[in-house]
Amino acid sequence: MSIKAGVHDVVAVIGCQKMTELGTPEILALMGRVGEVQWESGFGTTFPGYYAMFAKRHMHEYGTTREQLLEVAVKNHHYGAMNPYALFRKEITLEKALASEDVATPFQVYDCCANADGAACVILASEERARELSQKPVWLDGMGCGTASMSVLRRPNLVGLPSAEQAAAAAYEMAGVGPGDVKVADVHDCFTVAEIMAYEDLGFCKKGEGGPFVAERQTYIGGKVAVNVDGGLKAKGHPIGATGVSMTYEIAKQLRGEAGERQVPDADVGLTHNVGGIGQYCFVQILKRD
Amino acid sequence: MFKWFGKVNYTPYTKVSDFAQYLKDGHLMGSRCKKCGATSFPPRADCGACMSGDFEFYELSGKGKLHTFTKIVAAPTGFEDVTPYIVGVVDLEEGGKALAWFGDTIPEEGIQIGMEVQMVPRIFEELEEIKVYYSLEQPGTTWAKTDSR
Ligand SMILES: CC(C)(COP(=O)(O)OP(=O)(O)OC[C@H]1O[C@@H](n2cnc3c(N)ncnc32)[C@H](O)[C@@H]1OP(=O)(O)O)[C@@H](O)C(=O)NCCC(=O)NCCS
Ligand SMILES: [Zn+2]
Repeated sequence: MSIKAGVHDVVAVIGCQKMTELGTPEILALMGRVGEVQWESGFGTTFPGYYAMFAKRHMHEYGTTREQLLEVAVKNHHYGAMNPYALFRKEITLEKALASEDVATPFQVYDCCANADGAACVILASEERARELSQKPVWLDGMGCGTASMSVLRRPNLVGLPSAEQAAAAAYEMAGVGPGDVKVADVHDCFTVAEIMAYEDLGFCKKGEGGPFVAERQTYIGGKVAVNVDGGLKAKGHPIGATGVSMTYEIAKQLRGEAGERQVPDADVGLTHNVGGIGQYCFVQILKRD
Repeated sequence: MFKWFGKVNYTPYTKVSDFAQYLKDGHLMGSRCKKCGATSFPPRADCGACMSGDFEFYELSGKGKLHTFTKIVAAPTGFEDVTPYIVGVVDLEEGGKALAWFGDTIPEEGIQIGMEVQMVPRIFEELEEIKVYYSLEQPGTTWAKTDSR
């Protein structure tokens, strides 16, 4: 915004977070309060617990299966194994994921991202400066943000994020593109169901069809739209403050054709989808190359 | 008195603090806007429909249908002694939703989305300080009510 206003012409955006100084119960307690603290946190709600309730409801309404949910984790570990910056650089199988420990039913460990440390940076510049500074500038063509009620008890439904739908609509409109134009996307897969809801909220598939969409490999490279081919939050890791910036980094690499083994062919339009809390807010960006 | 509400309470001060006193006496209360009549559970002092700050409590039956649920195994600090516990979100008959623990009258295997449940006021008997909450029980479960207010 300060670039558009002419106040600055080059800006560094840095995201970082070091989560691992605390143990899991303390992190769960602190982050559990992303829910509504007056009527919900007193019952020991957790981050995984909220998304687990979204997952149960999604399974109930649309017949989404445990296997379909965990296919998200299998895919993201598959690509994480190719990313030198990923926290988990190991492929996993559905069997292994289904055998992992319970966290909040139906979720097991492999439905969840891990607490992580990390940092990322992107350099923003005016159009003129960007052309001077870079051989392959990437353009931020669309941005949107959306919000939803703090409490899940006051949401219209628990099978998607209204904030993501609003953010996507605004970003697509600003960029003059639609979901069908997006070749590569980084979405907020803090839990397996979150990626499935993201496909639906972003319009990559119809509401309720996110489970089959991933199981049919439509979000692998070669499918309709490559999603989280950097490993996503699941395998790359989710150092909360760094995640959004690292998504922009990944999509920029993809649009420049510099993603190596996990390069998406002909990537010309990319998208990032970053969610705050349990969907209280969401930001979507559309990025393009020349 | 809202510090009574919840196993761990993060919000001791609220405009609807009488809720906890009612709950201790066995009454489940929602709020009603005195200006436009909009009702809410959880109760709220400031109306979400017309922004008026003038509200009154009204008593709910506590009947509802299960919207979704989860059994929390990886628990936060402060809940170690009750882990694992099952949390459900309920669509209340009189409107609104509540989040609560499942109580002992409903076995884990019997829990299904869409099932009818009864929300019941509870006190943590084993604790010395006053701690109140509500739990989800079999329809037809009854409880004692008093009026200390
Ligand atoms: C799933 C979760 C409860 C596991 O916690 P935990 O069992 O205490 O994990 P620990 O940190 O003790 O790690 C134990 C081992 O499991 C691994 N591990 C932890 N979480 C993992 C995950 N999500 N997936 C795969 N492996 C995981 C660790 O690398 C570690 O392996 P090592 O023993 O080989 O070093 C925790 O990672 C969690 O709460 N995740 C959700 C985070 C969250 O809510 N983020 C915000 C979302 S927007
Ligand atoms: Zn009103």
